[in-house]
Amino acid sequence: MSAKGTTRWRRVLLPGLLLAALIGLWQIAASTGAIADALDLQDFLVPSPAEIASSLWENRGLLAENAWVTLKEILLGILCALVVGVGMAVLMHRWQLLRDAAYPLIVASQTIPIVVISPILLVWFGYGIGPKIFVVALICFFPITVNALDGLRSVDPEAVKMMRSLDASRWQRFRRVEAPAALPSLFTGVKIAVVVAPIAAVFAEWVGADAGLGRLIQSDLAYYQVARQFAAVVVLSAMALLLIGLTTLAERRVVTWR
Amino acid sequence: MRQDTSMQLEIGGVSHSYGDLCTLDSLDLAGEEHEVLGLVGPSGCGKSTLLELICGLQEPSAGTISVGGATRAEGRLGRCAFMPQRDLLLPWYSAIDNAALALRNQGLGRDAARGAATGLFERFGLAGFEAARPAELSGGMRQRVAFLRTLIAGKPVLALDEPFAALDAITRAEMQEWLAAALRTDPRTVVLVTHDVEEALYLCDRVAVLSARPGRIVAELASPHPRTPERDAAVTDPEFIAAREEALQALRGSKRTL
Repeated sequence: MSAKGTTRWRRVLLPGLLLAALIGLWQIAASTGAIADALDLQDFLVPSPAEIASSLWENRGLLAENAWVTLKEILLGILCALVVGVGMAVLMHRWQLLRDAAYPLIVASQTIPIVVISPILLVWFGYGIGPKIFVVALICFFPITVNALDGLRSVDPEAVKMMRSLDASRWQRFRRVEAPAALPSLFTGVKIAVVVAPIAAVFAEWVGADAGLGRLIQSDLAYYQVARQFAAVVVLSAMALLLIGLTTLAERRVVTWR
Repeated sequence: MRQDTSMQLEIGGVSHSYGDLCTLDSLDLAGEEHEVLGLVGPSGCGKSTLLELICGLQEPSAGTISVGGATRAEGRLGRCAFMPQRDLLLPWYSAIDNAALALRNQGLGRDAARGAATGLFERFGLAGFEAARPAELSGGMRQRVAFLRTLIAGKPVLALDEPFAALDAITRAEMQEWLAAALRTDPRTVVLVTHDVEEALYLCDRVAVLSARPGRIVAELASPHPRTPERDAAVTDPEFIAAREEALQALRGSKRTL
């Protein structure tokens, strides 16, 4: 019990201490002008953590507004990827023919450079939220589909025989054996998706958007608003960490047998 | 004619191959209602395949199998309950929900299915473990739940594939006594596959010895004291020992022909 308590403390405390130390170092280096001197830059281009924190506070309304847009893009994108990805995985699991036909194309879809497709989407669908959701979904679709399919295929064939012999219909076999067996693997896919989704959203905004943290970071770049840029990055990271945390929490609530 | 109608299980000239690999060769076997039939044989002789054929999980390459008059796979599937080698309890269900799986598949609601299983839990020494997850149960307990799951399906024929192979010697002897008691109170037609001659002779009325691949029956023995409450006394009885020696001779002979 105490050993377990200790490891938990270490897991929270040690990264926290390291982060505090790094921020402290950065604070000293930035506020004394050491970084700016070394890089031969003007001081305002190298904000200290304290300046970033105060920018975070001063711009809280603006940051929240844009963070909300980016969060919507991330969540709706993951939702689309989840619906289409799990649907595809189930269909490919059910029909070998479809798997053989579609699986190579799904792998191939990952080679589409987002850098190229994003501007095209912009031309087709404009500056709104739609193209961003599409980019996030496109990125998240792959880990979700592949992991869901792996999970479904991990089912012990003997368990399927047992279920058939116990009068299970195909749907009951899916509902009681295959779907629960696939859940841990599906969560792995969702966790990967949750990590890459914010990057995808910010990138899609970068290409052209009327709102969002990515757009804010980009426009701040043009006006040398470096402190607010960093503040936006902090918000984005916090959002991503929160999503990962929530996914892990959901996994623990759902997959209780591991 | 009279004999025909009393036969619950009839296997006539059954052969089976996987591709070029012939696993069973023109096998004949019959079992009366409530008879416990043992199948022993060297590893890979097609014992498990025969069990799957009986249960209607596969159709044989040649020959006929009739279970309670049903000769087609779907018909046999409805009359047999298959217990695979490993317990294959579903880790996301409690012990009682695992045991009641067949009832749920047959359309009973969760509470009704649990209610029906509760009585059997008490009768078979599992009272108090209803809510336990499979991971919390010992090997012997898991096999009990797996057997109840098979029994509860309400099928006239039970097909057990090496149910106690994974257990240690002491637990295995206990489980054999337990299964003998269960079959005394709730008699069924049983086909028991095992590689343990002693287990077969203690639990079964009749034991068929199969040869190495392709499997064919090389000997059929009647057990002197099937399923007596005192296992230790039964297996040390001279008659029993003689039958065991005979079975072992047949097994050795079957291997030498290779």
